[in-house]
Amino acid sequence: MNNKLWAFLVPIVSVIMALLISSVVILLIGQNPIVAYAALFKGAFGSKLAIASVIIKTTPLILTGLAVGFGFRAGLFNIGAEGQMVMGAMIATAFAINVAWMPAVLAIPLTMVVGMAAGAGYAAIAGVLKAKTGAHEVVTTIMLNWIAEYLSSYVVTVPMGVGFGTPKSPEIANSAKLPPLMTVQATELTSGIIVAVIAAVVIYIVLEKTTKGYELKGTGFNPYAAEYGGIKISQNIVLAMAISGALSGLAGTLEVMGVHHRFLGTLSGGKGFDGISIALIGQNNPIGIIFAALLMGSLRTGSNEMQFVGVPKHIILIVQAIIIFLVAADRIVRTILIRKKRVKAS
Amino acid sequence: MEKAVEMIQIVKQFPGVLANDHVDLIVLKGEIHSVVGENGAGKTTLMNQLYGLLKPDSGEIRIFEQKVSFKGPRDAIAKGIGMVHQHFMLVNNLTVAENVVLGSETTRGIIFDLREAQKRVDQLSRSYGLQVDPTAKIEDLPVGMQQRVEIIKTLYRGAEILILDEPMAVLTPQETEELFSVLRKLKENGKTIIFISHKLNEVMEISDRITVMRQGKVTGVLNKSETDVREIARLMVGREVVFTVQKLPAKSSDVVLRVENLWVKDYRKLDMVKGISFEIRKGEIYGIAGVAGNGQSELVEALTGLRKPEKGRVILCGEDVTGKSVRELREKGMAHIPEDRHKYGLILQYPAYYNMILGRHYVQPFVKGDFLDHRKIQEFTKTIFSQFDVRPNNIKMLGMNFSGGNQQKLVVAREMSAQPKLLVVSQPTRGLDVGATEFIHKALIQLRDTGVAILLVSMELDEIMSLSDRLAVMYSGQIMGEVDPKEVTVEEIGLMMAGHRFEDLRRV
Repeated sequence: MNNKLWAFLVPIVSVIMALLISSVVILLIGQNPIVAYAALFKGAFGSKLAIASVIIKTTPLILTGLAVGFGFRAGLFNIGAEGQMVMGAMIATAFAINVAWMPAVLAIPLTMVVGMAAGAGYAAIAGVLKAKTGAHEVVTTIMLNWIAEYLSSYVVTVPMGVGFGTPKSPEIANSAKLPPLMTVQATELTSGIIVAVIAAVVIYIVLEKTTKGYELKGTGFNPYAAEYGGIKISQNIVLAMAISGALSGLAGTLEVMGVHHRFLGTLSGGKGFDGISIALIGQNNPIGIIFAALLMGSLRTGSNEMQFVGVPKHIILIVQAIIIFLVAADRIVRTILIRKKRVKAS
Repeated sequence: MEKAVEMIQIVKQFPGVLANDHVDLIVLKGEIHSVVGENGAGKTTLMNQLYGLLKPDSGEIRIFEQKVSFKGPRDAIAKGIGMVHQHFMLVNNLTVAENVVLGSETTRGIIFDLREAQKRVDQLSRSYGLQVDPTAKIEDLPVGMQQRVEIIKTLYRGAEILILDEPMAVLTPQETEELFSVLRKLKENGKTIIFISHKLNEVMEISDRITVMRQGKVTGVLNKSETDVREIARLMVGREVVFTVQKLPAKSSDVVLRVENLWVKDYRKLDMVKGISFEIRKGEIYGIAGVAGNGQSELVEALTGLRKPEKGRVILCGEDVTGKSVRELREKGMAHIPEDRHKYGLILQYPAYYNMILGRHYVQPFVKGDFLDHRKIQEFTKTIFSQFDVRPNNIKMLGMNFSGGNQQKLVVAREMSAQPKLLVVSQPTRGLDVGATEFIHKALIQLRDTGVAILLVSMELDEIMSLSDRLAVMYSGQIMGEVDPKEVTVEEIGLMMAGHRFEDLRRV
């Protein structure tokens, strides 16, 4: 079977099956699944406002999905997208507060670069630790997540904090705010989505067309052969972590520049961890990840509407879990199939 | 005398190989019996059937004159058979006593009785002279000690017959001596020992009787007192040379590679290459023969940039390249056909045309700036495919989907097409059929004739004798002698592989 076809079919079949299985759960709680799914769909795509909120939710998910997916392709399991996102957003905010004197053409790209650099640097810590000492990135990135969380909650309450209630930073300069694509009622649809899609295309090109992509993927598949081929494993580990972290950092930065216009203690809200599921559903393919993020974004947006017809919105967590399970389980099946082939061949 | 083990007319067929072809093995009670043979002669297969890991296709096994049919190792252990594997099966972060009793723990009620376990391990180790601290953790023990723990483990389970698979492969000479005294003590206590090895000197030192195997068959059963190393070597290696490769004499001139007093440690920090020096000239195949694990892999790794040497110098085309990286060495004209094509030679998940540029993926003509030039890479791969007759002729097929022979062709073709000055080749035909083997031999000779210096490391005596222009035999990290393969006998090579120096052989 053609691999590309598989990669395309599996997630779609998984989504359909997940909706079917979840409909049984909806039936069991005495509701009508057809009504529930109709509301879900309406909630996600039934109005301009709905579509705008889907896109807003999708934007950071594309980037964290890319961050994790890129790491996977290079053989690294970056669980630290959450922390890298927070660090990116926080440092980008600190920069963007002070750029009122700059024109937007300068302030916008520079703020993005600062946020990406912050995420990259933070992730590179885990990369260096792995390259130098062999410390596993899963452990170190989880630890770095906590450092980022507590550091940011200190920064946002004491040195950068303003006002009362939710800890928050001052607003960033107007010149560093992303221009909205359109405004529906009070909701501004940020142009961040364009940046996210461009990032996906760039990552696709890097992975599939460049020499670096060849080295990174080769290291991910078989580090021994990569070393034999003259590829410096430790350099590539650090680089892959840094690129992954830059993507997470950009996710946080765009949230600041396009949505909240300030740094909030609750900004990441688990989007870094969502990146893991999205990378999985998108099969680590940058273009697949765009669609996986869109799926996740629309499920979340539509679930509110579902709540109105009497179906708890947590049903979508079940849908999400089943999709992931099916995609992952399919991998198991495929791995077994490939192995069998290999045994026969040898 | 009572027979401890009788294996009668054992046949075991694997896909494509008859691993055991009507093999008879008779081991008397209380003797140390060695089973020797080259790699792939069928020794381990035979032992795995005795230990219940494999079922014979036909034939009969008797233990203490009683017919048995094992469903698994558990049945074999119940009949008093214990096996010490080449790779130890110990839990590194548990203590000696915990490891020994693992699976049949001493208990008090439902509670694990560690003290009792330690006491029993201590008793066992005392009575057989196997000094080892029962409270020490495995990870803190040297390899020789770990082996003792494995032996104690089998004794604890009531073994009367001990199988030791290549027990010296991991030991230092001193540890080997200690192992031998343990084995003698076990013999005094009436235990029966089956000893698998291809190190002939040690075999002669420790065994009472010796069964020699070659290509799945028994070629001789000898009493130690009535034989010598020469006879065993002949039975083990068999005919003189199987393949005669057509080749002209080497036109050697300039030195391409010079190695001076090279020392290399392995991952355990043990010295594996101990002060080796040699030279390879242009248009010459320099062979290194030897039993696996005598430092050949470490030598190759040091020469190809995968491992840093401790001491000594490596000079490639007049330039000191000691400790240089793989990339630098490749840029200076080194190419490398590794011993393990799956681990090192190929990225199995990559298509063939991606594998074709590994090591040169960043140089012209395969790149345009920082981008891969897919068109050029594919054109190049197509040419190579037809030149080396790789099948199937599908350059986009993933590496893992090619057959073993064609995978090796991919590696060989890639490394040869790099136009190297020095080609380091390790085990080029391992696991290949006759056709592919012949193809690769011819390709190596052709490359030699174009003036490339080739270092060939192989465990296959036939291969190395027929291909090499000069031949060195490695034993325990040192070169036992450098000879012209046309002027030595297989027996002499066999003796050198067993640790005799060439000068000493010729003096006798």
